[in-house]
Amino acid sequence: MNAVAWPPNPYLPQAAQVVERVEEGRDIFTLRLRLRDAEARAAYRFQPGQFNMLYLSGAGEVAISIVSDPDDPQLIDHTIRAAGRVTQGLQRLKAGDTLGLRGPFGRGWPVEAARGRSLLLITGGLGCAPTTSMIHYALQRRGLYGAITLCHGVKHPADLIYGERIQSWCAAPDTQVLLTADKGAPEWRGRVGQVTQTLEDVDPALFKGVAMMCGPEPMMRAVAENLLRRGMAPADIYLSMERNMHCAVGHCGHCMFGGKFICKDGPVFSYAEVRALLAVKGF
Amino acid sequence: MPVAGLLKRGQLDVLIQTLRARGYRVVGPRVKGGAIVYDEVSRADELPVGLVSVQQPGRYRLEDSANGRLFDYVHGPESLKRFLFAPQETLWTVAQNGEVSFKETLPEQRPLAVIGARACDLAGMEVQDRTFLKSQYNDFSDPYYATRRENLFIVAVNCTRSAATCFCASMNTGPRAREGYDIALTELEDSFLVEAGSAAGAAVLAELPLQPAREMETTQAAQAIEAAARSQTRRLDTTDIQALLFNNLEHPRWDDVAERCLSCANCTMVCPTCFCHRETDVASLDGKQSEHQRQWDSCFTLEHSYIHGAQIRPQIRQRYRQWLTHKLASWIEQFGVSGCVGCGRCITWCPTGIDLIEEVNAIRAQPEAKT
Repeated sequence: MNAVAWPPNPYLPQAAQVVERVEEGRDIFTLRLRLRDAEARAAYRFQPGQFNMLYLSGAGEVAISIVSDPDDPQLIDHTIRAAGRVTQGLQRLKAGDTLGLRGPFGRGWPVEAARGRSLLLITGGLGCAPTTSMIHYALQRRGLYGAITLCHGVKHPADLIYGERIQSWCAAPDTQVLLTADKGAPEWRGRVGQVTQTLEDVDPALFKGVAMMCGPEPMMRAVAENLLRRGMAPADIYLSMERNMHCAVGHCGHCMFGGKFICKDGPVFSYAEVRALLAVKGF
Repeated sequence: MPVAGLLKRGQLDVLIQTLRARGYRVVGPRVKGGAIVYDEVSRADELPVGLVSVQQPGRYRLEDSANGRLFDYVHGPESLKRFLFAPQETLWTVAQNGEVSFKETLPEQRPLAVIGARACDLAGMEVQDRTFLKSQYNDFSDPYYATRRENLFIVAVNCTRSAATCFCASMNTGPRAREGYDIALTELEDSFLVEAGSAAGAAVLAELPLQPAREMETTQAAQAIEAAARSQTRRLDTTDIQALLFNNLEHPRWDDVAERCLSCANCTMVCPTCFCHRETDVASLDGKQSEHQRQWDSCFTLEHSYIHGAQIRPQIRQRYRQWLTHKLASWIEQFGVSGCVGCGRCITWCPTGIDLIEEVNAIRAQPEAKT
């Protein structure tokens, strides 16, 4: 997938240093990491939508998507919600601390297939993180893509992260951001309702482009089916999936989704690839 | 490979001593806890003599065969899997003394010879090669598996008996070992027909007191293997198996089998191809060091599908379905081959005697109407 010289042992992490830690919201934070080894750092490249395995000493590893700009692969940003044992440990790291990093892994967003087309990004909750590197990628190469529309939904206005970034995207050329919250609050200027409802506000011409989604699976299914009704083809709808992961290289079996390994065949899939199984509970 | 010759049963020890002299640790069949398992062997007279295994769904018993044969037992719960994909091992260690440093802990390069591997075990190994070695199916070689694989010498045994749970003939994996072995033995009345499967195997055979094999013996061997194949009554019909299973994901049979399945994971532990493993950290008490270990895992455990505080497959019905659809169908998509080699161990070692062939047949007999 990429021309990175991989160490002979794909299980072995490399030391990485926390360059900066940003508080994004309640229990949500971003770690900016830099590989210790100069050679490894120089060789590191990633594609939007790929992920790393972050390792916290004594606790274990966890798969986290890369949110930063692929043009600057020496500083690698990860936005994390403290939800389990490892992520709660990562939450306590400060600038200067060291952790382990393996990656990048997986198949990212279809940056080539989407060329020349408009981008419709639909995200829920922390699902905005994996799509962020795609937005950066497209904004850096503005001429390569058509209109960019981000529909982002949160449960509560207080859950909104990346406020400044979103502001800057609103100001970017031919770029639109539509926000919605399940419940309203004073000073909330977005919609109140589900993220599918924001599709009402999207210019119908944009449904001829490419859609990219990340968020809870029921949300992604609802959005994808909605987009199909609006005339989009399953092959033009992409979604980033999540499963338990231990090895990230297709050896440990935890992330299987039918015949797919989320870690190596995904995490980004076209809806055509996963539609049938997403409708079945237990896969 | 051409037949190299005949080895008298009484001279099997020469093979063991030749391997030991060449630096191999030798393991072979031994009896433990009422079953045949692999364990270290230093002399041929340590091998069990005159045993057969009587296998049925949920049942395994060793009985006297009333003959002096060494390999009529067919097989026990173990395949070659644990010699390549260790049940538990440390992948790397991490030390934290101001700096954080990672150190891989690869297995030592110690040659191992296994005597008694069956055709299904070799087939299982070839299937696991596709998971753990770099190939068209897999971008990364697992250096732990690869190291052990390079150091493994296999003395296969062509089966001249089948257990009642065997169905390798219908999976085209046995009872004759096809490839992947260094030496293959076929047990005759008082001798072994011996074949080399590799240059390393041929070199070992060159040191053995072999007699020329006559046509009578090669014919006897072929007939005995053929008879073992014919004696198998179980057959897995794999016709359109991917479509059959994935078109029947809500079939009532999954509820039925969930009533019988204990979700104990025995089937996945004895399966020669199941590769799931978990990685965990074992930290020292002072927190300065940690061992990153992996151990066999099973899709029958609740934690296997854990994510964000919940499980994707909380019901046994979902976990059995995950296992069976993966084993017989998704595996083909992933690795170009079935995950089932027909060894029948999952049937024998299931405490409630669930037979995957019966489960498939039940779905095939009454498929759901596809909406």
